[in-house]
Amino acid sequence: MFKVFWSVLHRDLLLAMRRRTDVLTTLFFFVIVVSLFPLGVGTEHAVLRVLGPGVVWVAALLASMLALERLFAADYEDGTLEQLLLTDQPLVLLTLAKVTAHWLLTGLPLVLIAPLVGMQYRLTDTAVAVMMVSLLLGTPVLSLIGAIGAALTLGLRGGGILLALLILPLYIPVLVYGAGAVTVGALAFGDARPYLTLLAAFLVAALALAPFASSAALRISIE
Amino acid sequence: MLQAAKLECRRGDRLLFSGLDFTIDAGTLLHVRGRNGSGKTTLLRTLCGLFTQEAGEVYWKGESIRTLAEDYRSDLLYFGHLNGIKGDLTGVENLRLAATLDGDRVGIDAVWSALGRIGLAGFEDLPTRMLSQGQKKRVALARLILSRAPLWILDEPFTALDMDAVNLLQGLIADHVAAGGLAVLTTHQEVPLTAGQARHLDLGA
Repeated sequence: MFKVFWSVLHRDLLLAMRRRTDVLTTLFFFVIVVSLFPLGVGTEHAVLRVLGPGVVWVAALLASMLALERLFAADYEDGTLEQLLLTDQPLVLLTLAKVTAHWLLTGLPLVLIAPLVGMQYRLTDTAVAVMMVSLLLGTPVLSLIGAIGAALTLGLRGGGILLALLILPLYIPVLVYGAGAVTVGALAFGDARPYLTLLAAFLVAALALAPFASSAALRISIE
Repeated sequence: MLQAAKLECRRGDRLLFSGLDFTIDAGTLLHVRGRNGSGKTTLLRTLCGLFTQEAGEVYWKGESIRTLAEDYRSDLLYFGHLNGIKGDLTGVENLRLAATLDGDRVGIDAVWSALGRIGLAGFEDLPTRMLSQGQKKRVALARLILSRAPLWILDEPFTALDMDAVNLLQGLIADHVAAGGLAVLTTHQEVPLTAGQARHLDLGA
């Protein structure tokens, strides 16, 4: 069972390595969006410090959305998705493998690059630490929830914009608590603990429920 | 072994077929015939459980395929219109992955020899997007060599193949059926295989 999880994960990572542009696009999109704000609103430190957490989190949502459309679409077009649905393994496991690959390619890079973009907003060291932890807990939730939308809009014309309309409202709690954690935790890491705990709870709930929802959606979409 | 009972399928408002009954046993080849748009592919997808029928039921070894779920899928190999191979992966990588997903434990040697047997010697290590249409199809069909599934459902397996490949594929299917396997296929090409001892099912007649 884990062998199958592993081989699907390995396949998706291998495919991404053969098409590096897709991964880099997401990352550059994130960096550019975050960098545009200081240019637009000026370099007043106090203003940037207030804006920073929200901007970084909104950019993370959008960057995660950007790659979602391709999550199942490529497999759908070449027929490999059909074959995934016909294996004797639980589809939930295969969906989870695909979501994990998506997170490793789009979520994890954002976590790692967060300190760099944080510097543009004069965030304190503690705030940057909180931001990394909150992104580490929050971005997998984005991938998990996003996969449901990606599965539902599979094969639809104009699916991309519909996906955004479906999924972005569901991202709101993650955005509120993610950005909230960074704002609150600017001075002491401990202050952000309730927010981070809630984000962790979101992650556990999403891990338990979202793969089932996306598997069900995939079975509907493949008809 | 495989039984369809009062099967009815619709695409949107259009009724494709209804009240379809048939049973096929081990060692049978079923050739599904019909005009374009008569519902052959839909029937095959319904037999796989990829398409939900309007009414009726499909049984495998006496049990509904919905309740069998994964147990049924482990006995099934489906080959559809889409090859189901990744253009950015090589033939070897594609085939290994397919075998792992099918639950077959095959070694790397078996994968190489399967590709050699299907006529792709020398192309095993190329990304499949660089291959011709027929060669891609051969990569996908190499799964049949490795598969141990008793039920093969093949949708137009002969298109885009040259004479050698068509003969090879006929041999594979004939061997599978002779060994007690089941095969359901559609094809518009006249091949000796379907003219032989195959059973026929006519849709839209």
